[in-house]
Amino acid sequence: MSVVSSLGAQDPVPDLTPTPSAAGDVAGRQRSMARRMAEVFFENKLGVLGLGILVVLVLFCFLGPMFYHTDQIHTNIDSTTLTPGSPGYPLGTDQEGYDELGRLMVAGQSSLEVGIAAGLIASVVGTLYGAVSGYFGGWIDALLMRILDAAYSLPSIFVLLYLAATVGRSKFTLIMVIGLTLWLLLPRLVRGETLTLKTREYVQAVRVMGGGTNRIIYRHILPNAIGTIVVSVTFIIADAIFALSTLSFIGLGLESPQIDWGGMLNSGTSYVFDGYWWLVYPPGIAIILVIIAFNFIGDALRDAFETRLQKR
Amino acid sequence: MSAVALLEVRDLRTQIRLKRSTVHALGGVDLTVDVGETLGVVGESGCGKTMTAMSIMRLLPNGGSIVGGSVSLDGRELTNLSEDEMAEVRGNEIGMIFQDPMSSLNPTMTIGLQIAESVLLHRKATKREALERAVDTLKLVGMPSAAQRAKNYPHQLSGGMRQRAMIAMALACEPKLLIADEPTTALDVTVQKQILQVINDLKDRLGMAVILVTHDLGVIAGSADRIAVMYAGKVVETTDTKTLFANSRHPYTEALFEALPEKAAESGDRLYSIPGLPPDLTDPPTACRFAPRCRYAQDRCRGEEPPLTGETQLHRFACFFPTGSVERAVGGEVVAVEQDAVDHDLGAKIEVEVRTDEGPALRVVNLVKDFPITAGAVLRRKVGAVSAVADVSFEIYPGETFGLVGESGCGKSTIGRLLVGLERASSGSVRFGDRELAGQSDRRLRPYRRDIQLMFQDSYASLDPRMRVKTILAEPLNVQRVGDRAARAARVRELVDAVGLSQSALERYPHEFSGGQRQRIGFARALALNPKMIVADEPVSALDVSIQSQVLNLMKELQRDLGLTYLFISHDLSVVRYLSDRIGVMYLGKLVEVGPAESVYSKPVHHYTRGLLDAVPVADPSVEQEKESKGVTGELPSAIDPPSGCRFRTRCPAAQSLCAEQEPPLVPFGPDDHFAACHFPLREASAGE
Repeated sequence: MSVVSSLGAQDPVPDLTPTPSAAGDVAGRQRSMARRMAEVFFENKLGVLGLGILVVLVLFCFLGPMFYHTDQIHTNIDSTTLTPGSPGYPLGTDQEGYDELGRLMVAGQSSLEVGIAAGLIASVVGTLYGAVSGYFGGWIDALLMRILDAAYSLPSIFVLLYLAATVGRSKFTLIMVIGLTLWLLLPRLVRGETLTLKTREYVQAVRVMGGGTNRIIYRHILPNAIGTIVVSVTFIIADAIFALSTLSFIGLGLESPQIDWGGMLNSGTSYVFDGYWWLVYPPGIAIILVIIAFNFIGDALRDAFETRLQKR
Repeated sequence: MSAVALLEVRDLRTQIRLKRSTVHALGGVDLTVDVGETLGVVGESGCGKTMTAMSIMRLLPNGGSIVGGSVSLDGRELTNLSEDEMAEVRGNEIGMIFQDPMSSLNPTMTIGLQIAESVLLHRKATKREALERAVDTLKLVGMPSAAQRAKNYPHQLSGGMRQRAMIAMALACEPKLLIADEPTTALDVTVQKQILQVINDLKDRLGMAVILVTHDLGVIAGSADRIAVMYAGKVVETTDTKTLFANSRHPYTEALFEALPEKAAESGDRLYSIPGLPPDLTDPPTACRFAPRCRYAQDRCRGEEPPLTGETQLHRFACFFPTGSVERAVGGEVVAVEQDAVDHDLGAKIEVEVRTDEGPALRVVNLVKDFPITAGAVLRRKVGAVSAVADVSFEIYPGETFGLVGESGCGKSTIGRLLVGLERASSGSVRFGDRELAGQSDRRLRPYRRDIQLMFQDSYASLDPRMRVKTILAEPLNVQRVGDRAARAARVRELVDAVGLSQSALERYPHEFSGGQRQRIGFARALALNPKMIVADEPVSALDVSIQSQVLNLMKELQRDLGLTYLFISHDLSVVRYLSDRIGVMYLGKLVEVGPAESVYSKPVHHYTRGLLDAVPVADPSVEQEKESKGVTGELPSAIDPPSGCRFRTRCPAAQSLCAEQEPPLVPFGPDDHFAACHFPLREASAGE
């Protein structure tokens, strides 16, 4: 073992302090960082509520149809707009005879899938863009940030509408369209974080030992920026679900027979003055719940990441 | 001592409620301060010094409250005043100076207005009168051209001038009591000396009482009349300054003195360090709070709490088995009765061998570093340059410790960063062994980096908070691809041993350690690659005296065992003197004097070195209070447009016209490699050469 220096050959520590153990012992139980973060997260009541809502919604949408079988493909003109509580239809049916409860589950699947996928795409693109800009600085940073400014100057709803109307409305294209509209939110945040992190002394320490750019970015800057990023991701997912609902509501969402909560709301509003409240409230409440849930989770995660480094 | 003290604090108890626990920050503090007296409050960080000051002012942090005891100012009880009544006391009867003048001043208001504000609040004055009063007060604290300065904003003033402005603010209403909380900790020694002088002068002229809170025993020795030593939220010893330094009775006070590096500066002996850590104040022990760390502790100390008492009312201490000698009072003076000096053998001197015969390990020749100042976001025109390091040459021999001292902004840290490759030199050469390091690309430098490693000042900032200690220590080995996984793990365990931490430290995160322990981890990381040389940039300046001595001892021992060469950068001259074989004194990018440590200290040649040495507070009241020299006047000029000729001439007492015209070269003084750059040196240059 050539690496092992003369240190080991000698007496381990020539009495450093009268009681070396006193200098070396660390008070307190040892707990993993993840555990400590979880503790802080679960201290936040709203965060727990948000997580609870999300879990319930996910179970409802993805496991619900296994126990509650409905036909969401064929219209049934014999039983349109049945009121909730009608035999076999606990939440009634809509104007085309689809079971409202079953439709809420199926539509929720699309909303959650598109929202989460689009949010993740936006986050990955935005994070990389911001990290590159902040880490390399100089003219690269100036160029990337001016491009971002230009992209910002376009009204996002216009871009969303234009893209949705031109490239098609399948699940995949909608994910891409929404993802590539929302990524703008993240680069500035990540860039700022990177700018401060790269001047930290522990990053300099890596340079002194001869570490390269990759090690600095992947081992030191990203892990330390991850808290900020994860928190933003939850908010962006909420935004993405909202964006899909908006598109569907104005009729540019998923193509039939696929449906999402925004689409349900769209068809429901045509009948709102006829007193068919069950076509409007359930999807509307579902949208509000899922967005609130993600925001609560984001807030609690922020607490968890901030306090993760404190001795508690 | 007058019959009634100006401020009387009796059994003051303060708590801070946290989410899950309560910190008993003060556990019964007793203090008295008389008119015209300076009371020094000393102790390590977290001992309750600042909390005492804040409790007197009733400016406690969130969740903090006074739960017992009394504070009476001039016979008036402060603890039960209403918030409005207390606001009338603050700033009016009690003035306060904080540590950081920049964050304590409002950046959007001129300093004149900020000083006038407290006059307007407490006196029935017009705005005009208040502003006049502000200018008068600024004159009082020695602010040059006070009337103009009053119209300046805080960012336009230097650190020393800001602190003067803070003092002016505290004094604008002529308070009876001035509380100065670490007033000079953020300042350079030369400026510190000036500020302490201002506080002392004003105390005499205005007949105030002063409470000076500090961790620096030297500052206390020079400025305080009486001292209260605090430990873990209690006063453990209190008496007048001379008696305390001559005959300290509490083992904690004694240990603090023994940990000072100047005690062993000449002998180079191992420093005494207090083992362990102060107790956790969420659950303070009911026995003597110092007992777990005390070398004299007996069973009684661990069972009951000693009261604050003594043979005389003038010297009181909380200890069952006091050190020093028994005393009695004679005409208001404390006199030691029997000399029963306890001699503590602190262990052998740590001998480190300097190997001069091998030739220098590091040779720095004409090193220059300019930082360009640019304007414009895209084109980045160069509009000027900060001359951080200007033509510096020196050599360091294997096994040697070369100390680099100077005020902040003199370029000493930049030299360290140039050596380890964090900055690239503008010109000049850095030869390490037989390799040239200056002007090389990062890629070509990478394999050589392992030979020179850096130890950072702030151990908290320099350790990645998300990594466990074992990952942190393994990182240099991974970067340089040393050995296989098992060998690296073995090396990491060995490093933890070498710096005196237990193996359980490996699985922990940096924030779980105390400052001294973290600095050990930083040291272990610097050692990981078996470097030949370590650049230590202010490695102990963030640490308390007792912890500082642990780290210094460790550095010295490992230097002996591993044959390390150190470049030790510090603003603290006593620490540099203790550790260094040779010393270089820097001023505004220039090396103005270099020579053997003893020679530079005892026979300085350059006026700057002399002034710097005079400015350093010595923890000995008889020396400190008889000092006549003023240290260095004025403040460091800007390095963007440094003075012509000798850069020190603007602050030099011996400057003549030649100094402005010609830059003095480094010339030898005496036979022992002592060089200095001065036209009118304090002693004659050696002839010949």
